[in-house]
Amino acid sequence: MYLGKTYDMNDRVTIPISKIRKARPTPKGRVVDPVARSEIALLLAGAPLEREYLIENLHRIQDRFGHLSAAHLAALAEAMKISMSEVYEVATFYHHFDVVKEGEDAPAKITVRVCETLSCAMAGANDLLERLPAILGPGVRVIAAPCIGRCAEAPAVCVGQNAFGAATVEKIAAAVKSDAIRAPTTACIDYAKYRESGGYTTWLDCVNGKRDVESVLKTMEDAGLRGLGGAGFPAGRKWRIVRAEAAPRLMAINIDEGEPGTFKDRAFLERDPHRFLEGMLIAAWAVGIDAIWIYLRDEYHGCREVLEREIAALKAAAPAKLPAIHIRRGAGAYICGEESAMIESIEGKRGMPRLRPPYVAQVGLFGRPTLEHNMETLFWVRQIVEQGAEWFASHGRNGRKGLRSFSVSGRVKKPGVHIAPAGITVTELIAEFCGGMADGHDFYAYLPGGASGGILPASMGDIPLDFDTLQPHGCFIGSAAVIILSNHDKARDAASNLMRFFEHESCGQCTPCRVGTAKAAHLMESAKWDTALLEELSQAMADASICGLGQAAPNPIRSVAKHFAHEV
Amino acid sequence: MKMNDPVGEVEVIEYKLNGETVSAFAGETIIQSARRHGVEIPHLCYKEGYRPDGNCRACMVEIKGERVLAPSCCRQPAKDMDVSSESPRALHSQKMVLELLAADAPGVDLKPGTNELAQWAGRLGVTHSRFAPRSQPAPDPSHPAMSVNLDACIQCTRCVRACREEQNNDVIGYAFRGGESKIVFDFDDPMGESTCVACGECVQACPTGALAPAKNAYAIVADRTVDSVCPYCGVGCQLTYHVKDNTIARVEGRDGPSNHERLCVKGRFGFDYVSHPQRLTQPLIRKPGAKKHAEFTVDPDNWREVFREATWEEALDFAAAGLAKVRDSTGPDSLAGFGSAKGSNEEAYLFQKLVRTGFGTNNVDHCTRLCHASSVAALLEGVGSGAVSNQVSDVQYAEVIFLIGANPTNNHPVAATWLKNAARRGAKLIVADPRRTDIARHAWRNLQFKADMDVALLNAMIYTILEENLVDPDFIRQRTTGFEALKANSKGFSPEVMAPLCGIPAETIREVARAYATSKASIILWGMGISQHVHGTDNARCLIALTLMTGQIGKPGSGLHPLRGQNNVQGASDAGLIPMMYPDYQRVDDPEAIARFEKYWGMPLDHKPGLTVVEIMDAACAGKIRGMYVMGENPAMSDPNAHHAREGLAKLEHLVVQDIFLTETAYLADVVLPASAWPEKTGTVTNTDRMVQMGRRALDMPGDARQDLWIIQELGKRLGCDWKYAGPESGVAQVYEEMRHAMNSIGGISWERVEANSSVTYPCRSEDDPGSPVVFTEDFPTKDGRARFVPADIIPADERPDGEYPFVLITGRQLEHWHTGSMTRRASVLDALEPQAVASMHPLDLEAIGARPGEVITVASRRGEIALTARADAGTPRDTVFIPFAFYEAAANQLTNAALDPFGKIAELKYCAVKVSKGGALEALASYGGGQSFGVPVTH
Repeated sequence: MYLGKTYDMNDRVTIPISKIRKARPTPKGRVVDPVARSEIALLLAGAPLEREYLIENLHRIQDRFGHLSAAHLAALAEAMKISMSEVYEVATFYHHFDVVKEGEDAPAKITVRVCETLSCAMAGANDLLERLPAILGPGVRVIAAPCIGRCAEAPAVCVGQNAFGAATVEKIAAAVKSDAIRAPTTACIDYAKYRESGGYTTWLDCVNGKRDVESVLKTMEDAGLRGLGGAGFPAGRKWRIVRAEAAPRLMAINIDEGEPGTFKDRAFLERDPHRFLEGMLIAAWAVGIDAIWIYLRDEYHGCREVLEREIAALKAAAPAKLPAIHIRRGAGAYICGEESAMIESIEGKRGMPRLRPPYVAQVGLFGRPTLEHNMETLFWVRQIVEQGAEWFASHGRNGRKGLRSFSVSGRVKKPGVHIAPAGITVTELIAEFCGGMADGHDFYAYLPGGASGGILPASMGDIPLDFDTLQPHGCFIGSAAVIILSNHDKARDAASNLMRFFEHESCGQCTPCRVGTAKAAHLMESAKWDTALLEELSQAMADASICGLGQAAPNPIRSVAKHFAHEV
Repeated sequence: MKMNDPVGEVEVIEYKLNGETVSAFAGETIIQSARRHGVEIPHLCYKEGYRPDGNCRACMVEIKGERVLAPSCCRQPAKDMDVSSESPRALHSQKMVLELLAADAPGVDLKPGTNELAQWAGRLGVTHSRFAPRSQPAPDPSHPAMSVNLDACIQCTRCVRACREEQNNDVIGYAFRGGESKIVFDFDDPMGESTCVACGECVQACPTGALAPAKNAYAIVADRTVDSVCPYCGVGCQLTYHVKDNTIARVEGRDGPSNHERLCVKGRFGFDYVSHPQRLTQPLIRKPGAKKHAEFTVDPDNWREVFREATWEEALDFAAAGLAKVRDSTGPDSLAGFGSAKGSNEEAYLFQKLVRTGFGTNNVDHCTRLCHASSVAALLEGVGSGAVSNQVSDVQYAEVIFLIGANPTNNHPVAATWLKNAARRGAKLIVADPRRTDIARHAWRNLQFKADMDVALLNAMIYTILEENLVDPDFIRQRTTGFEALKANSKGFSPEVMAPLCGIPAETIREVARAYATSKASIILWGMGISQHVHGTDNARCLIALTLMTGQIGKPGSGLHPLRGQNNVQGASDAGLIPMMYPDYQRVDDPEAIARFEKYWGMPLDHKPGLTVVEIMDAACAGKIRGMYVMGENPAMSDPNAHHAREGLAKLEHLVVQDIFLTETAYLADVVLPASAWPEKTGTVTNTDRMVQMGRRALDMPGDARQDLWIIQELGKRLGCDWKYAGPESGVAQVYEEMRHAMNSIGGISWERVEANSSVTYPCRSEDDPGSPVVFTEDFPTKDGRARFVPADIIPADERPDGEYPFVLITGRQLEHWHTGSMTRRASVLDALEPQAVASMHPLDLEAIGARPGEVITVASRRGEIALTARADAGTPRDTVFIPFAFYEAAANQLTNAALDPFGKIAELKYCAVKVSKGGALEALASYGGGQSFGVPVTH
């Protein structure tokens, strides 16, 4: 009858019981398990529940239970009054969180992370990765990890939270056996010692009016200190820009030292943390900042212990009123070293870079004007203020000014952090600071600035290493992570290793980077590169990616195509 | 709201686009400005109206002097900026992005014709991709309404923004990282097992069909689209029907003033009831000897035992003759009519006119009596108007939003999105409800107070505001009367004394009272939790007192908003479908109004107010009402103490029922008239925001069903009404115009104006009056222009729990089912989502009676007993059962108490005493419901 179809209403339709859907026994979706609810309530008793503490609270659960069960995550979402999807998307973004759903196995109690990025790969990481599972057995999870910042002692591993270099199967097995899964306590210049030797006097001079803001700003500008995280923005100018923004202004400090080959921040922090903290306080004073967030990569468990201890000591006996100082712990994401991704992460979110404009100096952390600095930049502040702009600028070579902390790794005799004049060439650096090439190795190529800074052949080893000097060659110095390759290495292998790193570390937000790194890594596996297509792809990645990761990711491709065409 | 709608004076700058000098408004992005100037820039993640995210990078443009390209969806042009969307560099990136995404696209186009990736790739000549595809995820067919095929996903996150920032349902997330980045539901759960409420905003947002309506609905190419308005709740969302071969293929949200393209699961996916095989298609007359009795379960497929088919002529004559016989034998007051809040304004107007002139009585009412009658009583008494003072969207201007006795995420889902948007923006949302519902998560303070203790809680707030002197003395002095009485009454209601009664700590009561009183703008919204009590009018009086004493009314973001339930409950009441008022709330015992309408309708009229819904049922049981005409209502299911209501209906000498299905009420009829579903007619409806909106016919009626307006006219003719309404769609425009000229409030809204604009807000008194979204700005529509304080004391519920019946029963609705279920349980998706009757209880209470979630329990009151499935819901308070009243096999109203609020004559549907026990036999499902069309899901 309906719509021309004949339908006899008297045909009794019966519903077979098998066709009847049962009503849900609970409201839609996952219901919070009462046991998990009480466990989370106990664990988070007294802990802050604001949205920005999501990552901190995920760490609390991961540290306590060894993983993040779906039941705990649901209870956490309820406790923090945020949606389950927000908790899940944050938890799964960071590689140090192990999300375990209902019916899945929890990871083994101990996890061994083997760094597989370039320097460690060159030092035999793959061999460790292959052999360890069988030797350590099923009670230990062995996974490959991106750079953990111990490239000078490659290969490096992290057993639980105990990171060490020069790793061998035996050393690792011994650590596992003795349950050495905590970071060893690091001896540093502690608060008392630092004060004894005149520490914090310069900051006190500032807050007590013995120094005026303008003169400090001028000193910083004249010294020519530039951002040492890699972008190289003049520090003094940055202070002046942020100072001109409306209060409240905030500071965010980047110790997410994740650029492969870079480990200088760790070295400074482990040795002399208060020198950095004093620089931070001077900057806060000069710019007019009351609250500071220090973002530390999760791989640096030892540094965290140092920072927590020493900041507590400083707070306990503060010589003047301190700004609020917060430490935030990363969770395994290279991208969070990007300044705006770091801000997102401090806010407890996925570390996805923001689009600019607006710049973080205008709209940064929690929407406020933010002074963001790499840790090392602040490390130099005290000395520059004390010794004057001329002192810093008096260093330098080949027409360049200042000092640089080179993290050198790869095929040299003495890898490590070498403080050298800005503008030194790699040939000079190897000869004067690194004790020459390692035995049996001839200098073949070098990466002047970590994974992103491109690759140059030994024949171009006479270029001054500094900001701005490498751009003409399609490279940059970045965080001054210099990796030396020898005649036993291939540039294309290095490039492939780095592209896999970028693919792994891409935040997944924009198409050119998310899809581009994956497609590039695939194309680069081919014995004979499709150089034309790779160049087309590189162009779009460099032009259209949101942040520096995607924009710089094609640098290894372009370097190989340009300087090592014979390899591909 | 569109992001680039220029508001007021707008600054304009000039810049260069592809070599031409063009203009941009302040705040406008390059892509928006370019589009205005006829330049289309490729884009995928950008959707007009949504926050631009700039992630797909298909819209890159080259800006002279900049190192890298810029996303035109996020960048705003600056003065003299030189922008190119077609430079070789810009084009290269645009095309490369499309080629990268095309590499990973599935072989089958999941959104043929409107797949934005395919469209842009075609336009830019990207015919194939040189890159190898990714490994593809498996499809997720777990949801009855939507299919998830992430192989077509381009990670543009439009669905995330749809779910999170537009609808605030927060189910969809963007999880994992890099190439593994994935759209997930909750914890990467199958969509059908997630917290998804199936609003479908994500489907509407998805550019590629990765999220699509189920059953491949995108493959159906509609032969026409019809702009109309949703038939369900009072929010009044505008929508577009996509029609193919006289069948609705799918529904999309339209940019109406109350919904801005948003819809909920009912509006978007609950449309196929109109083509359900059980639609009535032929008039039916009761067989001689087919007895009427109150104990029955309707089997709509087995109607021949009771009815025979008839022609329209015969059925109409029979229907009218039966009514006329009662009228002429025992007098007009032996007749009554129940009109419908689900029909159009024109139907409501003509229905009440028929009862008042053709029957000769004021015994006309509709479900507003079970809905907001008490709110309206208090509002008319307090502020002189029963409608809302501010529209829902006004919450965007509020600092404090006080939501009490309402569950808008279920019952007004799109309205709830504006509240949640406001809360996300930073407004303080205070939720007060005995049940902890979904919106509580968004609340600044959630007051899960004890059921029935509304006046205790609200008076404690009033006390606080008085004691702490947070009142607005100027407002009280200039615009109100009766404040001293309120002050005198408030003594004894301190938060400290009320706290143990209402179960909310005194300090919390004080905190929310302070926040409410001192904010720049505070708005109150409420629902049936306030109104459906014997003290419903008192509850509303307290809310009105709160607004008046603090001056929180009469300005944007400050006011009173009773959330109206049905799509046209506001309009039906406005049109006079209530026993004590003519159209526009002119009292039937007011000599002026009587004179006006006797003249206008050319008939002498009854001068005394008629009976209300529950009173009519009582009178039917008592034999005083002997004939009834029921159009589109189902009192046998919806009325309290349903057995009693069914007895009344069964006892009638003559019952005429006009409906689209053989409802429980129709089953007791002497004649059943097959009528039109909403998409089968044209007419206006008035939503909770006082917007008069146009519904347009999208379908032809099945079989020999007829439009309701035609049926009313045919009955009218046979009952002595001399009516002539000419024109298409049963003369609807002429009916509207007659109604408009009887109603000052919509006097300025001509039929042509509603047709042209689809929506006009009243009061609107002249053709050039834009309408008033906010009322009471200068004075109140009372005799002295002032609002009036009416204090309230605590009156307990009519039936409190005791040793024998220790639980409290709260009834209400659930998201998927509409009222008595006659429509929604025949809508396949809605039926699949909530297939069976459930009783929600606190898990510990369930444990206490020894029942597990999902097991059968029996709930009994002094009036009846039903067996149904137990649902463990920690949001239900202890010692309480919540049951939706949509399920015929376990009708909650078998249990409810018909005790009335003395002012609004509304029944206490939110409170009665019951007992609960484990076990019981589920009533067999007759022929609809049970989610049969989708079968049993694989997992639970």
